[in-house]
Formats: sequence, C-alpha cells, structure tokens
Amino acid sequence: MAEDQDKILEEVTGGEYKYGFYTDIETEFIPKGLSEDVVRIISAKKNEPEWMLEFRLKAFRHWLKMKAPNWAHLNIPEIDFQDIIYYAAPKKKPELESMDEVDPELRATFDKLGIPLDEQKMLSGVAVDAVIDSVSVKTTFKETLAEKGIIFCSISEAIQEFPDLVKKYLGSVVPHGDNFFAALNAAVFSDGSFVYIPKGVRCPMELSTYFRINAMNTGQFERTLIVADDDSYVSYLEGCTAPQRDENQLHAAIVEIITMERAEVKYSTVQNWYPGDKEGKGGIYNFVTKRALCKGDYSKVMWTQVETGSAITWKYPSCILQGDHSIGEFYSVAVTNNYQQADTGTKMIHLGKNTRSLIVSKGVSAGRSHNSYRGLVKVSKKAENARNFSQCDSLLLGDQCGAHTFPYLEIVNNTAKVEHEATTSKIGEDQIFYCNQRGMSTEDAVGLIVNGYVKEVINQLPMEFAVEAQKLLQISLEGSVG
Amino acid sequence: MNVACRIIDLQEEYIKLFNDQLPLLQSGAPEKMNSLREQAIKIFKDKGIPTNKVEDYKYTNLQPYFKGNLNLAFTNESAHNDVTQHFHCEVPQLKTYNVFLVNGWFSAKESDLNLPDGVVVCSIRDAAEQHADVLEKYYGKTAPMEKDAMVAMNTAFAQDGAFIYVPKGVVLEKPIQLVNIMTGSEDRLAFQRNLIVADENSQLKVMLCDHTMSPQKFVVNSVTEVFANESSVFDVYNLQNQHNLTTQVAGIYVHQKRNSNILTNNLTLHSGITRNNIRVTMDDENCESHVYGLYLSDKNQHVDNFTFIDHAKPHCESFELFKGVMDDSATAAFTGRVLVQKDAQQTNAYQSNNNLLLTQNAKINSKPQLEIYADDVKCSHGATVGQLDDEAMFYLRARGISQEESRVLLMFAFAYEVIEKIRVEPLKEQIRGLVEKRFRGEFDKCDSCVVCGQSGSGVSCL
Repeated sequence: MAEDQDKILEEVTGGEYKYGFYTDIETEFIPKGLSEDVVRIISAKKNEPEWMLEFRLKAFRHWLKMKAPNWAHLNIPEIDFQDIIYYAAPKKKPELESMDEVDPELRATFDKLGIPLDEQKMLSGVAVDAVIDSVSVKTTFKETLAEKGIIFCSISEAIQEFPDLVKKYLGSVVPHGDNFFAALNAAVFSDGSFVYIPKGVRCPMELSTYFRINAMNTGQFERTLIVADDDSYVSYLEGCTAPQRDENQLHAAIVEIITMERAEVKYSTVQNWYPGDKEGKGGIYNFVTKRALCKGDYSKVMWTQVETGSAITWKYPSCILQGDHSIGEFYSVAVTNNYQQADTGTKMIHLGKNTRSLIVSKGVSAGRSHNSYRGLVKVSKKAENARNFSQCDSLLLGDQCGAHTFPYLEIVNNTAKVEHEATTSKIGEDQIFYCNQRGMSTEDAVGLIVNGYVKEVINQLPMEFAVEAQKLLQISLEGSVG
Repeated sequence: MNVACRIIDLQEEYIKLFNDQLPLLQSGAPEKMNSLREQAIKIFKDKGIPTNKVEDYKYTNLQPYFKGNLNLAFTNESAHNDVTQHFHCEVPQLKTYNVFLVNGWFSAKESDLNLPDGVVVCSIRDAAEQHADVLEKYYGKTAPMEKDAMVAMNTAFAQDGAFIYVPKGVVLEKPIQLVNIMTGSEDRLAFQRNLIVADENSQLKVMLCDHTMSPQKFVVNSVTEVFANESSVFDVYNLQNQHNLTTQVAGIYVHQKRNSNILTNNLTLHSGITRNNIRVTMDDENCESHVYGLYLSDKNQHVDNFTFIDHAKPHCESFELFKGVMDDSATAAFTGRVLVQKDAQQTNAYQSNNNLLLTQNAKINSKPQLEIYADDVKCSHGATVGQLDDEAMFYLRARGISQEESRVLLMFAFAYEVIEKIRVEPLKEQIRGLVEKRFRGEFDKCDSCVVCGQSGSGVSCL
C-alpha cells in the first residue's frame, strides 16, 4: 500500500517540463556586464527622458552599496552580475496593423503557449500585451480599452506618452533602495506593463501579459505599474513560461500597484518558468518584489499566485493598507519538486483604521525540494480595529523534501485581532484508504486530495487562468494528478 | 572578591575582564568548567552581545542592559558580602527541598533536607570532587554555545550554580526548590550555571524561583542544563519574580533520552527585561515534551520567550503553549521554532501562542516557525493576538456580571489554560490564586514575592 503510493507519487512527481522549447528570433544584445555605461545605454536605446535616466542611475549607485540578501531559507549559488546581458530586444520592433505581419515564428511560439493572440481567441475577451524578452511586441484590444480611458501599454511607451503619470507613481511603492533586487531592477529594467484605470471605470476585460524569458543568458527585468483611480476595478493576469535551458537565468521583477479610494485590483499570477532538470541543474532564479499600496479608503488588493516553476523563488507580494477600511488578500499555491526551492509569502502592513487582511497559503513539496512560507503581519499603532487571518498549510509528498513556515506577527495595537494557523502533514494513509474503499485508484485519490487541498486558492483565479493553473499543477506534480 | 567594572565598549571590555580575571575565574572551579572557557570566550568575542540585528534576538536588544557600572562577584564570600537578611520562600501545603543561591553563588541548603539515598543536591563546584564523572559526561553538552553568544558568555564566566543528580529508579516526591536571590548594595552582574541530571526511570520536579531582594540594578545570565535519561520524568517550573530594574537571560536546555517525559513551565509574573531561552532536544524515540509559559507584564516590562524544539528522532511528541497578557507599555515577543529533522518520522508537534493586549501601548511580536524535513508528521502552530471576546463579554454581562468582574473572569480563564498544566497540585493552586489576585489588582506586586508573599526590601515600582 505505502509502496504503491510511493510509486505513484514518484510517477506523479516525475513529469517533465512540457514547455521547454526555444524560438530562434534574431535578438539585439548589448555586451555582458553591468556598469553605469550599461545603464546609460539601456536608457538611451529606449530613448528615455532625462529624469528616467536619473532614476536608473540613482538606483544603480545605491545597488553598488548593497549586498545580496541571505536571510531567506534558500541556497542561492553566487550570482555573477557581470556575466549577464542586461538588454535584449527582438531586433525590429514590429509596428503591425494585423496578425499576418507578425513574425510567423513568434506566432508559433505563442500558439504553443496557447496565448489567445489571433482573432478567435480574442473573442475570449483577453487583451494581451505579449512580451518576448523585454520589449512589447503586440498589444491587442488597445482601442477598446482606450475608449474607456484605460491605459494599457508597455512601460517604455508609457514613459514616452504619459511621463507625468509614470513619474508620479514609479518607485512610489517600491523605492529604488528597497532591497537588492529591487535596486537592480530599477537600474536596468527593460520593459513591462503599465496600467491606468481612470476614475469610476470598471475594466471590461481581464488584462493579461504573457512573457517569456527567451534568449540565452538574458536576465529579464520586468517592471509593472498599475494605478487604479477612485472607484475603479481591474483584474490583471500575469503568466509565464520559459524555454528549457541549462544555464541559470536571473529574473528580478518589480510590480507596483496603487489603489485609490474604493478601487479594487485583482492580480493573478501563474508562474511556470523552467525549474531546472531532475538533478537540479539550470532553472530560473526568480527574485520578485511585488507590492501594493492601498492608498485610498475602502480600496482592495487581491494577490493570487500559483507558483510551480523556477529553480529558486524569492517572492513576497505585499499590501500596505494605508487607507481606512482597505482590504488586502493573498492566496498562494506554491509547488516545488526535484531540487526547486521556494521562499514565498506576503506582508500585510496595517496602517489605516478598520483594515482587514486575509492570507491563505498552500505549499506542496515533493522530491528534494524546499518550500517555505515567510510572512509578516504588522499592525501599527494607528490601525484601529485591524483584522487579520492567516492560514498556511504545507503538504509533503516524499521523505526527502522540506516544508517550513516563518510567520512574523508584530502588533502594537490592542484593538487588533490577528490569527495565524499553520499545519504541516502528508497525505494520510487513512485518507487514501477511504478513497480506495470507495473504488478509487490510489492515483486518483492522490490527485483528488491535492486538488481539494489547493482548491481554496485556485477558486480565486479568473476562469481561464484556473484551467491553466490546473494544467501547470499537473506538469509540476504529475502524470495523472489533477 | 568583588570587582567593579564599567562597561561601555561591550565586547572588548568583557573580554578584557575575562583575560584580567582568568585566574580568579578558574580558581576553585571544576576543571571541566575551566576547560571550556577559552573556547567560549572566543565564540563570545566573535558574536558579541546580541543586538536586534541578530535574527534570534530580533525583538530584544541586550546590549544596553549589559552596560554601565556593574559588580561581579568572583568568589563566594564576595557574593554574600552584603546579604543582611535571610530569605525564606514557601508555598503553603507544599513541602519542598529548599536550596538557596545568592548572586549566582551556591549559598546553603536547609539542614534537614533528608534526601533519598543517592540523590545529590549541591554546588556545582563541590560536584567536581564527588561526581566528577557526571560533570565530565554532561557539562556543556546540551547548551549550544556556538549558536548563542549568551551561552558562550555564561560558559566563559560562570563559576558556580546548583548541581542536582537523581540516580536510577529514584522517585522524588517533593520538588527541589532552587531559590535564586539577587541582592547587594551595588548594581550587579551575575552568572549562574546549573546542571540537572535525572537518570533512568527517575522522577524529579524542580522549581526555579528568581527573586530580587534589593532595589539595585541586576543583570543575570543563567544557563540550566537538564538531562532526562531513559524513561525519566522531569518537570521544571521557572517562577520569575524580579523588580523592574532586572535584566535576566535565562536559558533552560533539556536533552531527552528514550521514553522520557519532560515539562517546562516559565511563569513570568513580574520582571524587568526577561529573555527565556528554552531548548528541548529529543534525541531518542518516544520522547514527550511539554513546553509552556505564561507572561503577565505591565509598566515597561519586556518578556521574550525563545523556544526551540528539536525533533531529532522519530516517534516523539511535543506540546507547546505560551500565553501572555500585556498591560500598560509592556512588550512581549515569542519565537517558537520547531525543527523536525530528516527521518524523524511519526512526529507530532503542536504549538500555540496567544496574546491579549490590554492597552494602546502594549506590543507583541510573535514568530512561530516550523522547519520540517520529514514527511510523515503532524505539525501545527497557531498564533493569535487580540482582546477579550466581545461575545463572551456580552454573555457574562447579560447574566448580570459587572464589566470589571467579567473582564477579570475572562482574563483569568485565558491564563488558566497554562496554569492548568502545572503538575504539582499545591503550586497550581498557589499560582491560580496569585494570577487571579494580580488581575484584580489586589496585591502590591512591587513590594513582595508574588509566590510566597514574602516582603522584599522596599523595591520601588519603576
């Protein structure tokens, strides 16, 4: 029985990465390495205004003074920051009228990923700002959105066209000196998305960016900025797949969200970058700083993430609940297999009165992987009646893996109600037995239980994404779990 | 001899003090203790007195408290120099074997201890002669000085402490009470090093009672090493009752063998700055450990409980519960690390930390941690921070109970969960009464011992 289960777990956890292909597109590089000149070149190549260059240089100078953090429960090999190409763009930025003009190879790549770029798929109501290696290639539905006054474009475009907005909000939530990787990103970020939802507008469709890390040795430094003005609503989807590659790739992204009064932003991520092979060779290093500022009263931010990929994940989507009655929510599924390492969680900083936060984190570890939840709930002195509930569960599949929880609660207000719960367990033999007894195979039973275990989080994803998330869970953990 | 030292540049001066006084430190101390000093001071030099930059001391910066003009007694006589009054501490209905330690030095035991055959209670210095083998085998084995600078500091400086040995199969009915008294006319720094060994099939209960008898500033760094051998049952109750100028770093390090069952309960009823380091290593199968704590603080008191339960072997169970009530500007911190090592299958570990904040200025930092490297485990932790339940309050109010009475009832019910775990009936009753009184604000906690009601020497409430 136990042997059976082990075998099935092994099969289930032995699935190969299915999205490991490499598209040969001519790419324009600048030489390896990082210096002030490189920062200047990047800025010049993107034809950026003076203030932007200043922003980058300030960040770069600050970065020079910083050290890579080592507090996470991760074993990070030394990263040689001089061995990375900091800028790569598809050679010609296509300015296209219709789909026919898109590079067929690029389209094929997207097709393999199932990105709804072509007409029929547009009907599914997803506007896509597709990013291949840093530069925005194709934006759809732009006109529809423009009618409503919604801005959804690449951040480079926004810097050119809406400099005031960008200048006002860029770096306001994650300042350039926030942490080592944030500083690096601020200095060299290549591209990303910019979203602005004007007052009172409910974005009619889910905004989505698919991006891929594509060319060899290219670190990707994505920068996303979302501003939701009073009474607006937007649901933003981020999904990633990366081709199989032996050499480690560095990814240090920043996402900043600002919500004004009564605005709501829902940010969903499915992350399935190359996790390295079964021996733990290769794979993406994913060091992301994501933070939302609930600036206005009654605003709400919801982070949902499904993390299945990357060799190393270092990611803490956070909410600063500044406005009174603001709400932050965090739903996470992190699955690690083989030699993957994940140290992920959230920070909920309660500053305003009557603020609420909810944390639901589900970790699944298999193989020889390590999966940590690290979270902070902070209630400041002025945050009257703050309320938090955290639930962090870990599921262990296999006796070589590790599951860890490191929550921090810092409370300086007596009206706060903060609760934290965590459990760690494996799938009980009694649970499997119960299913077997009712005629289910052990394989189905494991699938059923894992599925039920993460359901609370998957349910929070938009429908299209939920389907993809299920698929990714299968790739990470299975042959037949699902 | 008393040596007054003015400590400003911390590490350097403590190291200088160590080097200057090494002959005194070593004189009369057991060889085993002396043999670890050099290594310990090296580690201490390396790490220094922890600040909140050190992750494990994130919520307690010890440096400011180890500064200033402090007296350190290097001989037993000087420790007793200005002890004028005798102290007696007893819990009604509870017969105990009483042992006294003054400023970290073994003072006296009551003459009629009448211990069962083979049971040894003495100074750790005396143990060197008659029980050298025990000291050799156990001293410094479970307190990890390479991990914690304060243990290293204690290992380097400690000269005395209590030694308790219970041989195979002996069951001690009465608890042994170690009364630690801090007193003197000068501000003092004291180190104390206890070693407790419960051999196979023995049963032992120990009460550690910490008192201050004069209003000076006291800084205490104590380490208690406990070895619970096969099938032994061991309880330790640490009753902390010191005035607001006291800084105490109290380490209890328990090492468990097969089938042993241990309980630690830290009752921090009154103190200045308290840091409790509790570490339990379950080094064999079928161990059971209960780690509890209750902290009631007010004024500017600070309590930091740091616990580390190490499940090194399979089939062990641990239960951990810490509860705190913070009033005025009190701050508290809790860290509960549970480590389940590789192959420690069939582990059950439960941990819970609940806190009540009574005022705007009270603070709590809670940091439960699970670190698990085995898969067949059931582990959970929970942490809550809140106030009294409105609904429960309403229920009581609806039944005609006054606001204040309801409040006391609910707070008491909250704290009782920890008191309930005390396995010595009269002590349980005593603490129960005390905690209730404390919530009602009925006794002057500054002027007397909360455990026995013994008057101190006019310790002012600061």
